[in-house]
Amino acid sequence: MSKMFPRLDEVYTGPDENGFFGPYGGRFVPETVMPALLELTAAFEDASDDPSFQEDLSDLWVDYVGRPTPLYQARRLAEAVGLGTVFLKREDLCHTGAHKINNTLGQCLLAKRMGKKRVIAETGAGQHGVATATTAALMGLECAVFMGVEDIRRQSLNVYKMKLLGAQVIPVDEGSGTLADAVTAALRHWVERVEDTFYVLGSAVGPHPYPVMVRDFQSVIGLETIDQLQGRGIEKVDAVVACVGGGSNAIGTFYPFVLAADLFGSPELVGAEAAGKGIDTDQTGASMTLGTPGVMHGFYSYLLQDDAGNPLEAYSISAGLDYPGIGPEHAFLKDEGKVSYEPVTDDEALEAFDLLCRTEGIIPAIESSHALALLPRLAKRLGPDATVVVTLSGRGDKDIDIVREAGLGSE
Amino acid sequence: MSDGLRGAFIHGRPALVAYVMAGYPDRAGSLDALRALVDGGADLIELGVPYADPLADGPVIREAADVARSANPGGFGLAETIDLAAEFLAEMGEGAPPLALMTYLNPLMRMGLPRVAEAIRSAGIGGVIVPDLPPDMAPMWLTVSSGIDTVFLAAPTSTPERLSKVGEMSRGFVYCVSTTGVTGERTELPNELATLVGRVKASTTLPVAVGFGVSTPEQAAIVARSADGVVVGSALVRRQHDAGELRALCRELADAVHGVV
Repeated sequence: MSKMFPRLDEVYTGPDENGFFGPYGGRFVPETVMPALLELTAAFEDASDDPSFQEDLSDLWVDYVGRPTPLYQARRLAEAVGLGTVFLKREDLCHTGAHKINNTLGQCLLAKRMGKKRVIAETGAGQHGVATATTAALMGLECAVFMGVEDIRRQSLNVYKMKLLGAQVIPVDEGSGTLADAVTAALRHWVERVEDTFYVLGSAVGPHPYPVMVRDFQSVIGLETIDQLQGRGIEKVDAVVACVGGGSNAIGTFYPFVLAADLFGSPELVGAEAAGKGIDTDQTGASMTLGTPGVMHGFYSYLLQDDAGNPLEAYSISAGLDYPGIGPEHAFLKDEGKVSYEPVTDDEALEAFDLLCRTEGIIPAIESSHALALLPRLAKRLGPDATVVVTLSGRGDKDIDIVREAGLGSE
Repeated sequence: MSDGLRGAFIHGRPALVAYVMAGYPDRAGSLDALRALVDGGADLIELGVPYADPLADGPVIREAADVARSANPGGFGLAETIDLAAEFLAEMGEGAPPLALMTYLNPLMRMGLPRVAEAIRSAGIGGVIVPDLPPDMAPMWLTVSSGIDTVFLAAPTSTPERLSKVGEMSRGFVYCVSTTGVTGERTELPNELATLVGRVKASTTLPVAVGFGVSTPEQAAIVARSADGVVVGSALVRRQHDAGELRALCRELADAVHGVV
């Protein structure tokens, strides 16, 4: 919750009342949903000030999700990549297998508080869809999830899970049939059903207040990490790493570190974005490396777009990072020099996936593998004694078909 | 140069606002379509800019945008649309009805707001409708777009405060969205439409045109009883591949709106 943090303007300005972090963010949406966004902003601020809301959410995080998630010291991985110490923040051990549920519990509690009986969500890899379906089942809400047809094909396990959990999965057969198309379809549907439906957005994107709301609900990741590092007497951390698509686990990891910049010797914060087949190809999702500022899905941020201002189709082996934009607060943090963002290719992510399986007995999500893939680079830059924290945002069961197709585990 | 969009509403009868997509089925076809709308009696032309992620549009307009972007060599976007409008308006001269661009915000941002405003003015385009630019977000555009009528949208969900804001900040007319949801033909008009139009009219001194879901002459005639203007989009775009068919439907709609039949 916002209120748990020091005043934002002590560290940096933003967002303002219209949701701008510097130039990024805003509410660029049709008038039809503007009243709903204003109502949601007020309800979110009210809930953030209400200790009983925070208590309810906190109880669910502990008893239902299994928080706090462990901060695990991965010794064999550290040795393999040439770093002194590597800690993994184990969001893969959350109920439903990823960090997404931290946020869906917060948003669905808010939906109930606002008297809504029906929720919708978009999903890429299916993790946010499963988390929303799970939370809706828990809270007795009707649930529909929009998912691109390409993602339905490559994430069939999660599609089935959502159905088991009682959610309706609505295929989106437009564009490349991936996350961006699912967000557009969900927004369109919300415009039509805004009066009785709460849109549970899973990433740190969209019109205000979604980026802030998702950040605050996901900041439990970074807050716990800081607490756990202090509990172990760690004084120096050289880098903190997370993968970035829209950027929910990354903002949840980075934000508390940005606010507490003087702790642990001011580690560098690094986001791993999806380079797909490479940043010199047109099959990429590297919006920070290759994008320019623009508006999509109701917010202004770095965006892969053509000369006429059309958003481009992104590509990544990872359905969760396959998005042409990025959350507005990330764009701001990049410009401010507080976080750096590095592209990671499909092949590098697969290699890191393989390495974590073999060195630690942990099967990571292909999204999280992008963050792991930065470790060898960081080892070169920071030296063999460096300490790095990686947010392992999810587990890899859902990716088994993809990595098998890529030839992993064939020996 | 245009006298602004309000000129469409001074004939002492409701106005037909007719939408077509620029570049669809190709550039020449869309120029023919614009001429057909004039022949068909449209009072105001809304020219759509093809865009890849049209959040507020239904399937007919989405598909036309996709065709326009892929059928024209080098694509078809905002710059090409302004160029098309300039050619059409120059050809029509004094006889040209007011013309507004309907575009999403990002093409404007990509071209640069001051630059696009200058291009719109020099083309003689009277105004713009930007569905993803609510009044709250508009100052950055309004400070550079003097001489261009920016039309804001009023929705069934708008609160009285927001209707006042829309009514005060709009120029030319207020675009009243008939129903929640996206553009496209619907078999029935919402029951409470006349009440909504009344609320919007009470919030502004400008004419109020109603759009989204109006497709037949019968529906247009009903809407014209309470509104100052009727916007028809998808039904016209569906006939845009054939200028003759387009002109015929436009004429029927114009007659219905003008109260001729």
